[in-house]
Amino acid sequence: MKKLLSMALALVLAVGCLTACGGGSGDKGGSSDTFRIGGIGPATGAAAIYGNAVKYGTQIAVDEINEAGGLNGYQIEYDFQDDVHDAEKSVNAYNTLKDWGMDMLVGTVTTAPCLAVADKTVQDNMFTITPSASSPDVLMGDNVFQVCFTDPNQGSKSAEYISENKLATKVGIIYDSSDVYSDGIRAKFVETAKSLNLEVVSEAAFTADSKTDFQTQLKQAQDAGADLVFLPIYYTEASIILKQANDMGYAPKFFGVDGMDGILTVENFDTSLAEGVMLLTPFAADSEDEAVKSFVTKYQEAYKEIPNQFAADAYDAVYAIKAAAEKAEITPEMTYSEISDAMKAAMVEINIKGLTGGDEGLKWEATGEVNKQPKAVIIQGGKYVSME
Amino acid sequence: MSFLSYLINGLSLGSVYAIIALGYTMVYGIAKMLNFAHGDVIMIGCYVVFTLMSQYGVHPGISILAAILICTCLGVVIEKIAYKPLRGANSLAVLITAIGVSYFLQNLALLIFGADTKSFTSVVNMPPLHLAGGKLTISAVTIVTVLSCIVIMIALMLFIRKTRAGQAMLAVSEDRDAAQLMGVNVNGTISLTFAIGSGLAAIAGILLCSAYPTLSPYTGAMPGIKAFTAAVFGGIGSIPGAFVGGLVLGIIEILGRAYISSQLSDAIVFAVLILVLLIKPTGLLGKPIQEKV
Repeated sequence: MKKLLSMALALVLAVGCLTACGGGSGDKGGSSDTFRIGGIGPATGAAAIYGNAVKYGTQIAVDEINEAGGLNGYQIEYDFQDDVHDAEKSVNAYNTLKDWGMDMLVGTVTTAPCLAVADKTVQDNMFTITPSASSPDVLMGDNVFQVCFTDPNQGSKSAEYISENKLATKVGIIYDSSDVYSDGIRAKFVETAKSLNLEVVSEAAFTADSKTDFQTQLKQAQDAGADLVFLPIYYTEASIILKQANDMGYAPKFFGVDGMDGILTVENFDTSLAEGVMLLTPFAADSEDEAVKSFVTKYQEAYKEIPNQFAADAYDAVYAIKAAAEKAEITPEMTYSEISDAMKAAMVEINIKGLTGGDEGLKWEATGEVNKQPKAVIIQGGKYVSME
Repeated sequence: MSFLSYLINGLSLGSVYAIIALGYTMVYGIAKMLNFAHGDVIMIGCYVVFTLMSQYGVHPGISILAAILICTCLGVVIEKIAYKPLRGANSLAVLITAIGVSYFLQNLALLIFGADTKSFTSVVNMPPLHLAGGKLTISAVTIVTVLSCIVIMIALMLFIRKTRAGQAMLAVSEDRDAAQLMGVNVNGTISLTFAIGSGLAAIAGILLCSAYPTLSPYTGAMPGIKAFTAAVFGGIGSIPGAFVGGLVLGIIEILGRAYISSQLSDAIVFAVLILVLLIKPTGLLGKPIQEKV
């Protein structure tokens, strides 16, 4: 009798499990009168500065849209999960959000976790838009879109900018050969520079194990007669390069990419050394643009700091969702897979102004890659100032 | 002219390696152990100077003295707590303990000062020297580093040759048991060795961070390993050996980076080390080891 009972119990459990699994795919776990947008990124740990910027930027956009009547008339609920810049935790966070009933994902923030999560979202057909994971590899399915530039794109845009504005004739490069981000930008920069007749006179590498002394690399650039040094690297190393160049009495123009964003916040760094440094970034917080001004004010009021480009990219991601959602006329009753199908058709047709779009705005390719104009900023008086 | 400039950079880097290597080699020569926490004592010294100078505006000279004092005490405390109880244990146990202390110091710095990199203000505030019509620039930090290295080496050699404490060190390094029988205070001598080595680590750290102005909890790790290599290169246990080893290593690294490949400079350094050890297994100036029967 006891045996029979336990068999029956086991059977009930097994059937229960099957129905649960079966019901999971495409069914809505959440309510049908709100849209649920999930976010994933590092809110703690070494990359927290990026994750929090995205979290706050998204929040501001979501609040604005809700105040103005919501997405196609429905309110948005937003939940951000911490992944500590760890791929495994990121996938767990994704599963948590799916259980919550997520309709669309704004994330993830950093590249390595994004690769793991995008793999899942492609399988599930969950609409995904990452504000800041910049490797072209994250665009592994037609449901994944990017708001930031891809790494190679930054390289070609930098070369075009330097050439168009005649900033230099001879360019030296110092890059980190042990980092895919840095090496990816360098390779594309060199390729583009060649086609633009911009002469690259020296390419000096360093690696993760020897990134404190750049005198040799600077000397090579100086001897080669470079009047501009391109730095596709992060701001920590760039701060040393600026110091050592100053000690050597070598004063070329310095040109960086988005990794340079943050150099003014290095503790105890003498910001006068960064005077005149140019960098290509999609967002300048001092812009006279009304939308940017309003965003910066709201951000400062709520979070007591000046937003960086990650916050702006996240803000644009939410507005891209809004534009595409209106075009696709999606409703919360649809399953996330139906939403994704409708959204990816609409994404390639929209053109939003955005904070990071410049005059021509943001447009998307079917591959998920963004089309937008970079802004060049120059550091003057310890602040980023637009170069136009 | 570029060659000269690279050579000077190499000398500057080599001098820092040499000062760190002196600490390694002294401790090895006398206590017969590899103190892998040495690199992290350097980092602590830098944080002391950084905190005093940049956050409290203390005079650089006083900050340096404070750093030397704190590192000296730290060295003695580490020796008393972590290494002394293991004096009779096998060398592997001591080695693992040293690595443990190294991680402890790194994580302590992470807890107190945080993970973000800080920009170190140079303690040497003099204008650089311009030679040959401005073609050759030698920074003041470089001159100070090379001079300090030479002064420290000579002072150490005199200390060991001329003073009783120095003679005691020599005796302990030759034969610890015999020295004890002759009335030498072995524990005191080993403590003194750690004190001097750690004080030197503070100086090396300050010079390192002045030349390459960045500070994080991992600042000491890589220079520590390079300096250990330098000590082995010159013959571990030998003070002139550490000096020569450090300089040669620094020069090879910079010239390799300049003329062969900036990505392979570390590989070149270690390739040369292997070559030297193949030809002369005890290092450049090391004494041949005689197995006692």
